[in-house]
Amino acid sequence: MTVVTTEPDGAVAGIADGSTVLVGGFGMAGMPVTLIDALIRQGAKDLIVVSNNAGNGDTGLAALLAAGRVRKMICSFPRQSDSWVFDDLYRAGKIELEVVPQGTLAERMRAAGAGIGAFYCPTGAGTLLAEGKETRTIDGRDHVLEYPIKGDVALIGAHVSDTMGNLVYRKTARNFGPVMATAARVTIAEVRRVVEVGELDPEAVVTPCIYVDRVLDLSTAEAAA
Amino acid sequence: MTVATHPAGRTVEHLGRGPLDRDELAAVVARDIPRGSFVNLGIGQPTMVADHLAADSGVVLHTENGMLGMGPAAHGDEVDPDLTNAGKIPVTELPGASYFHHADSFGMIRGGHLDVCVLGAYQVSERGDLANWHTGAADAIPAVGGAMDLAIGAKEVFVMMTLFAKDGTPKVVPECTYPLTGLACVSRIYTDQALFHIDSGGVTVLETYGATVAELASRLDVTVHRLGDG
Repeated sequence: MTVVTTEPDGAVAGIADGSTVLVGGFGMAGMPVTLIDALIRQGAKDLIVVSNNAGNGDTGLAALLAAGRVRKMICSFPRQSDSWVFDDLYRAGKIELEVVPQGTLAERMRAAGAGIGAFYCPTGAGTLLAEGKETRTIDGRDHVLEYPIKGDVALIGAHVSDTMGNLVYRKTARNFGPVMATAARVTIAEVRRVVEVGELDPEAVVTPCIYVDRVLDLSTAEAAA
Repeated sequence: MTVATHPAGRTVEHLGRGPLDRDELAAVVARDIPRGSFVNLGIGQPTMVADHLAADSGVVLHTENGMLGMGPAAHGDEVDPDLTNAGKIPVTELPGASYFHHADSFGMIRGGHLDVCVLGAYQVSERGDLANWHTGAADAIPAVGGAMDLAIGAKEVFVMMTLFAKDGTPKVVPECTYPLTGLACVSRIYTDQALFHIDSGGVTVLETYGATVAELASRLDVTVHRLGDG
């Protein structure tokens, strides 16, 4: 059953050292900044973080990296004009990096959430990113064997939740949220507001509540503080 | 796949003028995108192609962060942090737009549903191998994003780049020396000095700008055909 809270610190309670944390967002769109700030306060370290980027500017994921809590990043696009926090850590040898093609990153999490043991994917065949991976020619085309990425925790941003934890998103801030929500043992979503059960159109629910464990309601003063 | 063809029925040399500038090049790419196509424009220079698509082209733009029906860049009050393109630039939505999550967006790409994608490149080989994600330099931080998915997924991969690097070396090469993004995936190369078609028959020059085919061929290490050659 989904727990709705207005306390960011309560929302991230229990995240253990060494956890694999799926962090939603594409750049800052959909980035669960309040949950990440709470995770920094919570103190879990030695984390493996899976996210499309490796932090932008100095807030959100970049702040978690700057706090020295992340052992390894799994992402598609670490290098950006504003990824100075990650760049410095990487060049100093203080963080591991696994680069995964963006679609493969999404599909590996989808597979984890859907109970798929592994899948053959044409992306990256014959490139550096397929080195050391099993490949197979299917229908005349080379494919690379890819394994699921399971999270211990997913931190995602959504637009609105109902009190059961059904989620809707807004525009391109949806990005990785629905996939990550399925792929983690515990999914924690920060949302701009929470509505009563029955207020969301069931046809419009993107992430059904079965995937959501905790909802942080950002509409209250406490959460916004 | 597109075939090596040109409305003129032969390779066209545009002489008495210089190479295409970036804006002209974007217009030429836009000209060659079939009406009604679903198209992904890569980050950077390919984004400029959108400015040259005719209003009635029926082209629907896909952005891999999860949208079809992307409109022009947003300005002023239009800027919405929840609505960006793959380059994280604020954009707008057009009537008929739709949103979807990342696994669906890349399923769309990998599943062969996009008609055209336009990408930048460091190098393209004569077989259509693409190198555009990593310089391979020791201090470079590798970042691939959606490039590998787009390279192998779209029905047609158009590359936009200069024909020669700043040091004068050609970027259409027998074998890529930069790390590959995808193998045998590029069908068209749009450069400032020439337009090329690539298929199993090799590299065909469709048009040149400011140079003859013979002049360019003498500076390339790959064999280029003219339209109409046996």
